[in-house]
Amino acid sequence: MARVIGGLTTSHIPAIGNAVPREKELVDDPYWKPFFAAYPPARTWLQKVKPDVAVVIYNDHGLNFFLDNLPTFAIGAAAEYRNSDEGWGIPTIPPFQGDPELSWHIIESLVHDEFDITSCQEMFVDHGFTVPMSLFWPNNSYGGIKTVPVCINTVQHPLPSPLRCFKFGQAIGRAIESYPKDLKVVVLGTGGMSHQLDGERAGFINKKFDLLCMDKIVNEPEVLTRYSIHELVRQAGAQGAEFILWLAMRGVLHPKVTKIHSSYHIAVSNTATGLLVLENSVA
Amino acid sequence: MSVPTEVELPIPGTYMFDGRAAMKGYALNKMCYSFNKPENRAEFVKDEDAYCRKYGLNDEQRKAIRERNVLAMIHAGGCVYYLAKFAGIFGLTVQDIGAQQTGMTVEAFKEMLKAQGE
Repeated sequence: MARVIGGLTTSHIPAIGNAVPREKELVDDPYWKPFFAAYPPARTWLQKVKPDVAVVIYNDHGLNFFLDNLPTFAIGAAAEYRNSDEGWGIPTIPPFQGDPELSWHIIESLVHDEFDITSCQEMFVDHGFTVPMSLFWPNNSYGGIKTVPVCINTVQHPLPSPLRCFKFGQAIGRAIESYPKDLKVVVLGTGGMSHQLDGERAGFINKKFDLLCMDKIVNEPEVLTRYSIHELVRQAGAQGAEFILWLAMRGVLHPKVTKIHSSYHIAVSNTATGLLVLENSVA
Repeated sequence: MSVPTEVELPIPGTYMFDGRAAMKGYALNKMCYSFNKPENRAEFVKDEDAYCRKYGLNDEQRKAIRERNVLAMIHAGGCVYYLAKFAGIFGLTVQDIGAQQTGMTVEAFKEMLKAQGE
């Protein structure tokens, strides 16, 4: 049977996508050093656990989806996923392998479990997906990993609530662990932490709230599922609502997990960055 | 109705991009979404107002685009994820547009971000 071996979260800021190819020179740059220095332990853990599949929970920022058709929950079911020009010159990187058979198993299981999702046999993946993949598998060394993109709407309100996203993650966890193939799966939750790009409150960051989230998500995630989206926006900023993607990731894992590594840094671009590596308990 | 009945207090300086905003800003956002393609960015640069008219932007939206005024674009229904593609044409980062919206210099805006980590 397939097993979820752990979860990782990371911010996915486009500026990181531009910096990643230059990591070797930027690792000593005062601006980038505290950011890049946090990633080697996450990569070491991935090398140790050797996952076969990464389920990537992210948000599309207007590459694949527009307001004409905007799903709340969408899942990729393609053999391959590519990124593309997002309007400001993010690099095009080698394609990501899909796993259509696992994707359809998850889709069927979710709908059976009362989550009515959108399935996508063609899908561009944007920086919300590609930046974390490039960070965790440096030099685009993700070629041997199969991926399942899971996209959650954070563009247009109403967004699904923190509780709904957590339950959605739990349903994905049940789906994966009922898949008959012997696969090791990691789940990524991307985005966050506190940040706001628009309005007179642009530049808002809330360190105290971010640290609370990073602490509680490990073994008391239920505490965080009590927030409304409105309260999450108040506490974490308009785009800090991306934290629902972290909660969906946490839902996929078992109730008890072990924290392997974490890091928090202010700021890259307009955003407080957070990194978390959680190992699943044995079922 | 299953919409929340609890009154949610407004968050100062923060705009929820909801269905109403999405209807109001549809043409503006659709134009900005088109900027994912380099040929569309080039066509816009060649004749900005003609491109705005092609997408059916109203006077308020065209004025905001002409003046590069991000807050005015948001008031006209713009969603920042699409507006970022417009900003990208001019090489403006989210820090540049953050500085513009808060009335700060870019340097002061960057300092403000950094100070929140201390």
